[in-house]
Amino acid sequence: MIANIGFGALWFALVVAVYSIGSAIYGARRKLTNWVDSARNAMLLTFPLLTISVICLVILLVNGNFEVDYVASVTSKSMPLYLKITALWGGQAGSLLFWTWAMSAFAFAATLRNWERDREFLPWVVVVCSITLSFFLGLIIFVENPLARIWVLGGNLAIKSMFPPTGATLLFQTDGRGLNPLLRHPGMIIHPPMLYLGFVAFVIPYAFAVAALITGRTDDRWIRITRRWTLVAWLFLTLGLLLGARWAYDVLGWGGYWGWDPVEISALMPWLTGTAFLHSVMIQEKRGLFKRWNMLLIILTYDLVLFGTFLTRSGVLSSVHAFAQSSIGPLFFGFIGITFIGSLALLLNRWNDLKSETHMTSWLSREALFLLNNFLFIGILIVCFWGVIFPLISELVTGQKVTVGPPFYEQATAPLFAGLLMLMGIAPLAAWQHSTVKTLGKSIWKPAGISLIIPLIAYLLGVHNWAALFGFWLIALVASVTIYEYGRAVIARARSHSQSWWRAFWELTGRNRRRYGGYIIHLGVVLIGLGVIGMQMFQTETQGTLAQGQELKLDQYTIRYDSIAIFDTTDGRNIARAVVSIYKDGNYVGEIYPRRDYYIESQQPMTIPGLRSTLADDLYVILVDWQAISSSAATFKVYHNPLVNWLWIGGLILIIGTFVAAWPEREIQTSRAKSHKKQLAGSNA
Amino acid sequence: MRNRFPHRTASLLISLLVIFSIPILVKAQSGSPTSVTDDEVNSVARELYCPVCENIPLDVCGTQACAQWRELIRQKLEAGWSKDQIKVYFVEQYGDRVLATPPARGFNWLIYLFPPLLILLGGIILYRSIKIWKAAPPARENPNEEVPLEKDPYFAQIEDELKKR
Repeated sequence: MIANIGFGALWFALVVAVYSIGSAIYGARRKLTNWVDSARNAMLLTFPLLTISVICLVILLVNGNFEVDYVASVTSKSMPLYLKITALWGGQAGSLLFWTWAMSAFAFAATLRNWERDREFLPWVVVVCSITLSFFLGLIIFVENPLARIWVLGGNLAIKSMFPPTGATLLFQTDGRGLNPLLRHPGMIIHPPMLYLGFVAFVIPYAFAVAALITGRTDDRWIRITRRWTLVAWLFLTLGLLLGARWAYDVLGWGGYWGWDPVEISALMPWLTGTAFLHSVMIQEKRGLFKRWNMLLIILTYDLVLFGTFLTRSGVLSSVHAFAQSSIGPLFFGFIGITFIGSLALLLNRWNDLKSETHMTSWLSREALFLLNNFLFIGILIVCFWGVIFPLISELVTGQKVTVGPPFYEQATAPLFAGLLMLMGIAPLAAWQHSTVKTLGKSIWKPAGISLIIPLIAYLLGVHNWAALFGFWLIALVASVTIYEYGRAVIARARSHSQSWWRAFWELTGRNRRRYGGYIIHLGVVLIGLGVIGMQMFQTETQGTLAQGQELKLDQYTIRYDSIAIFDTTDGRNIARAVVSIYKDGNYVGEIYPRRDYYIESQQPMTIPGLRSTLADDLYVILVDWQAISSSAATFKVYHNPLVNWLWIGGLILIIGTFVAAWPEREIQTSRAKSHKKQLAGSNA
Repeated sequence: MRNRFPHRTASLLISLLVIFSIPILVKAQSGSPTSVTDDEVNSVARELYCPVCENIPLDVCGTQACAQWRELIRQKLEAGWSKDQIKVYFVEQYGDRVLATPPARGFNWLIYLFPPLLILLGGIILYRSIKIWKAAPPARENPNEEVPLEKDPYFAQIEDELKKR
């Protein structure tokens, strides 16, 4: 019954989404406001309908209705309640439903805004959102239905279907197969929804861009409307990437956080174009330049969002043949192709209307440096895109499978990332329009001089790796320029307003949230860079089999294997948990407990490292193997990860900076409103 | 790029090595104390990918099959094989996909050539575009243009304050 209600809501949502497309187009063409309003209301309705559907699936998951195939594939009786709920996005069909529901929520929120000034955009925003929704709803209803049940026909023939085939009876399974153990981690519980929210939120700026192209209102209005949407999308996508990295670090047991896996890269690619877009739109707003480029960037971002979902959901990564057999792969491929070609056609149609309003005056102007920043982001995108699709092309052309692993990406993207850091150091000091070597040199020499202290100290402390020293200098340059700029403004405000530094900092940030939010984000990136340099340049590892009481050395650390306990838990795990003592420079600093959880039901092992974290480094110990009966010896893999925690701290600061940049500027609005009221009062008097 | 070993020579060499190493391998398997450390095994395994999993380096792969492949690497090292020889052996057995990057030959050259060429092309387009933009007169003044930073009275005030220091 519940499954039927959910399925009915899905169908209803599809019908209203398709209706809203037709109604919006008809209303826009005939200039019939009623039809456009009707389309808008229809699209609004998809959100409550999809909410009903999601609630139905959650009820089925929580109740353990194992006759529903999806429920049986991602839950089991022994799973705790929160995992049963989060199993909503634990499998393909459920995650598609979640994606669509989140999309409808964003479309709902975007449609509820005040449209008075932008009435002509409304029907086309509805059309784009509803087309995207209809595509995903079609996939869910016809191909990957999370509410479909298992029926038994004749002897043992099991059929997955929403409704009973003739003569079939429902298969009631006593228990499900349970959620993939790798997904039973707090990071993985939050990571997918953050990523999906980031993905779907980018649909809104894309919808406005398409609306601008169709209506011919190609000024920067669409950018100003969607500025906050873009930041929200970027925030969620960044959070998703960071949480995914933390999950990999905590659960995958290979001592790192980023493996250049195609699934990771598929989430990184829209982030790259989205970040380029966030910078590039500022040039259009300030200088009226790069209108075509901004359109292209948001089109690319939208299609990379779809491409990312396609890569992870179509099976194409395992093999091109799996893609061909996949039920959703070709559909996705077709939809990406149609939307990309259609968007490009619209862009070409408006090509002449999108001419720049001013011209570039200096190679060192902020707009030129922002353009270079975009070039580097796109360079990284090219490397990532080509690295992900090359194995598929190779298999298709030569029949030979190849792996494109971290060495390729690291070597190809390292100079591009270094270039980006360099620009982060220079661009904030460059003026719009006019900037010369002299003016730029005058503003940069102080922070640049300060930045040299860091690599010098590192050198004196024994770091003689030139790449690491260069990396330290780059991040020091960005940090010193950012703090110098911020500090200068805070001091000036504190003096001019006779304020405390803290108050001056607070009010200055509130006065121009976008700029200072951006600076905070840059500081976050600096700390992330510090963590990356630590891991890339200075990570060390060793592995050894130890008898109880034996020790293993790595850098200044010594670990001693004390004991191991092997036991079963009530939630279906067999756990082997070692006790390991840690000594640093010969002094005892604590105990850690690396363990291996074996999920009996799914027969899957999961490695949970033992971690000793400080701001300087992590000691990361994995239990590789052990003697099951005597427990007298165990094999450990030990990683020493210098500076890695700065990566997480930097991520947190980056998120805070994004909140600052995206927060509505109430203070300014209020003060403007106050001054306006004063003026009015004055004129009345 | 990593694998510059001529294909036929490699095959011949491997065949010979396999033949001559059989007695050594048998000896290693019979429980003699091993002289090869886990770190030495991992230094080879790190550069190889699990032949049957998706994108997992052999040194961190947790499956039983990978544990056996690591043991095979240990045996090869004990037999005196070099890292490159072991990599060639794995390629012979399981194909190019076991290497972390495609060997630079034939069709694989595209993976290395395409990105730099495209980025170079993008750089040329960018350079020419900026030159054209710089040369061209403005279409019209930007009505939305905000006051440049240096002309912003607030920042002028900041600059004044700084000058007073």
